[in-house]
Amino acid sequence: MEPSLTTNEEHRATARRLLGHGDRGRRARAATAVRAVLRDGRGAVGAALLAVFTLVAATAPWLAPQDPRAAASFSADIMAGPSAGHWLGTDENGRDLLSQLILGTQDTMLVGFTAALVSSVIGTAVGVAAGYFGGWVDRALGVLNDWFLVLPMIPVTVLAASLLGNRAADLPLGRTSVLILVIGLFGWAGTSRIVRAEVMSLKRRAFVERSVVLGAGRARVIRTQILPNVMPLVLANAVVYVALAVLTESTLSFLGLGDPDRFSWGGMLQSAQDSGAMGSGAWGYFLAPGLGITLVVLGFSLLGHAIESRVDPRLREHR
Amino acid sequence: MLTPRRLAGRLLTALGTLAFVLVLNFVIFRAMGDPKHDLARNPSLTEAAQEALIRQRGLDQSTWVQFVRYLKDTLGGDLGTSFITNRPVTEELLTALPNTLLVVGVATVLASLLGPWIGLLAAWKRGRARDTLLTQGSVVLYSMPSFWLGMVLIAVFAQWWQLLPTGLASTPGSTATGLAHAADVARHAVLPVATLTLGLLAQYAVNMRSAVVDTLREDYVLTARAIGLTPRAVRRRHVVRNAMLPVVTVIGLNLGFVLGGAITVEALFSWPGIGQLTMEAIHGKDYPMLQGLFLLSSVLVIAMNLAIDLLYGRLDPRIGD
Repeated sequence: MEPSLTTNEEHRATARRLLGHGDRGRRARAATAVRAVLRDGRGAVGAALLAVFTLVAATAPWLAPQDPRAAASFSADIMAGPSAGHWLGTDENGRDLLSQLILGTQDTMLVGFTAALVSSVIGTAVGVAAGYFGGWVDRALGVLNDWFLVLPMIPVTVLAASLLGNRAADLPLGRTSVLILVIGLFGWAGTSRIVRAEVMSLKRRAFVERSVVLGAGRARVIRTQILPNVMPLVLANAVVYVALAVLTESTLSFLGLGDPDRFSWGGMLQSAQDSGAMGSGAWGYFLAPGLGITLVVLGFSLLGHAIESRVDPRLREHR
Repeated sequence: MLTPRRLAGRLLTALGTLAFVLVLNFVIFRAMGDPKHDLARNPSLTEAAQEALIRQRGLDQSTWVQFVRYLKDTLGGDLGTSFITNRPVTEELLTALPNTLLVVGVATVLASLLGPWIGLLAAWKRGRARDTLLTQGSVVLYSMPSFWLGMVLIAVFAQWWQLLPTGLASTPGSTATGLAHAADVARHAVLPVATLTLGLLAQYAVNMRSAVVDTLREDYVLTARAIGLTPRAVRRRHVVRNAMLPVVTVIGLNLGFVLGGAITVEALFSWPGIGQLTMEAIHGKDYPMLQGLFLLSSVLVIAMNLAIDLLYGRLDPRIGD
């Protein structure tokens, strides 16, 4: 093999591996990338927003001032405005809204993260298979990919969630797991397209060709050469997808497809509408959950775009 | 250029996608529940009537027989009968569609005028306070669920200031006809249209801004400036015309997807369109109706995709085969 086919960086990587410093090199590069993303204004704001909401979600059971399921004992406490006892007021059953809002953070983050994980795993698998194997595998997966790309997200998730909802009782999180599954299963097409393109370019690069020449099997090349190199791209895409998943989850919950026994921001907005919160001036009831959704979505898309402009080769020269 | 070969390829792709949606619509109802239960178990009918319905819809027969029958019925325009109203699903969809198209159409026109204009204003003063304000404002607006924007609009304009009606397409019991009726409908449409417009224009503004920023880097813009064209002429003839291309694509693709977004907005405003129908179908477990709604929205997305594909070849001569 011609030495000119390898770049300096690859020489250094080989040297690091021979010297047993492979891990440190990778970790150092990751640290540099994280610093660069945080120096990007969008990245910093996004990360800060997400840190706050993740903290709230993790500590929700302790943070919530009251039991959000405890109904009022006096009718005066129903749909009450903000007070010292209830900072955001109460709902139509006299339950504390602030506590519902805090617990709702958990399901919002949970659905967002897990749905993005499901779609990233499927998208990466399909993208790597199509890009690496090419030929008829690529063509078949390409057609499938195009089909999923044009499915209208809201109608198809509404349809699937309302059908699967019949069997939700057997699932661990009830209808919430239905939402995770549905949002994850129908959202992989964008990821796999990006991954496919990246794999096709990686496949022709010297370090991949070298390990093929050295006799590495397909599984090994994919595991050790391809996957680690597409991961940053997958991560950037996944973070942006969390934002979309959170929006979709809130839409489905607002339409009444969420789990009525759990607290979610979309579900709160649905109850707010059903109980006429907008007409009775119960501002806290519908403003707070909507602001929560907006800030979480904003956090994930800002952070995602900051990572994207660092790792996506098409965006690197721009901006 | 649009060669016959290219046209045939595009049509074939659209047909393939349509076939996929037809199969998916059949499979999804059978994979996720008992079809006998979902597609015929109308709770308002007696036991015997339900059995008759199951036989009539062929749900006691083998899957293949059911599939062939489903294809024949669907392609012939028969989407079954709604559990709720007992009217043909096709008829219900065609009654609701114009109402949705009215709101979606007006919102799309407004958003496609305002969004790119805002994006251009931002890009022209790139890096300045105006750019930051407009761009970050659009990003925040884009992060809001559109149904929540609608809730805020209702609270402010309908409840607080009492300027506009909160729901329905016309005043209940109104006997107005002609112009008076049109004015009544228009008043009811203001808030749903505003909600959808706000939801869309932020995205178009962000798209337009980055398209203009890219275009400003092009050599032909520099040339246009160098030969002494006024900034106004450069903007009109060279920047906007080229930057609009990707934005037009997004607007077109969105047209298909807007129907999905209309679901929540219509539900919020009790607007008697496709979205309202979807909500009733979910709550009443009206499965034939859901199946029809999904088919309709998919067909619209596929049609818009095809239209954009064909149009794009005309707008941008560089795209060819």
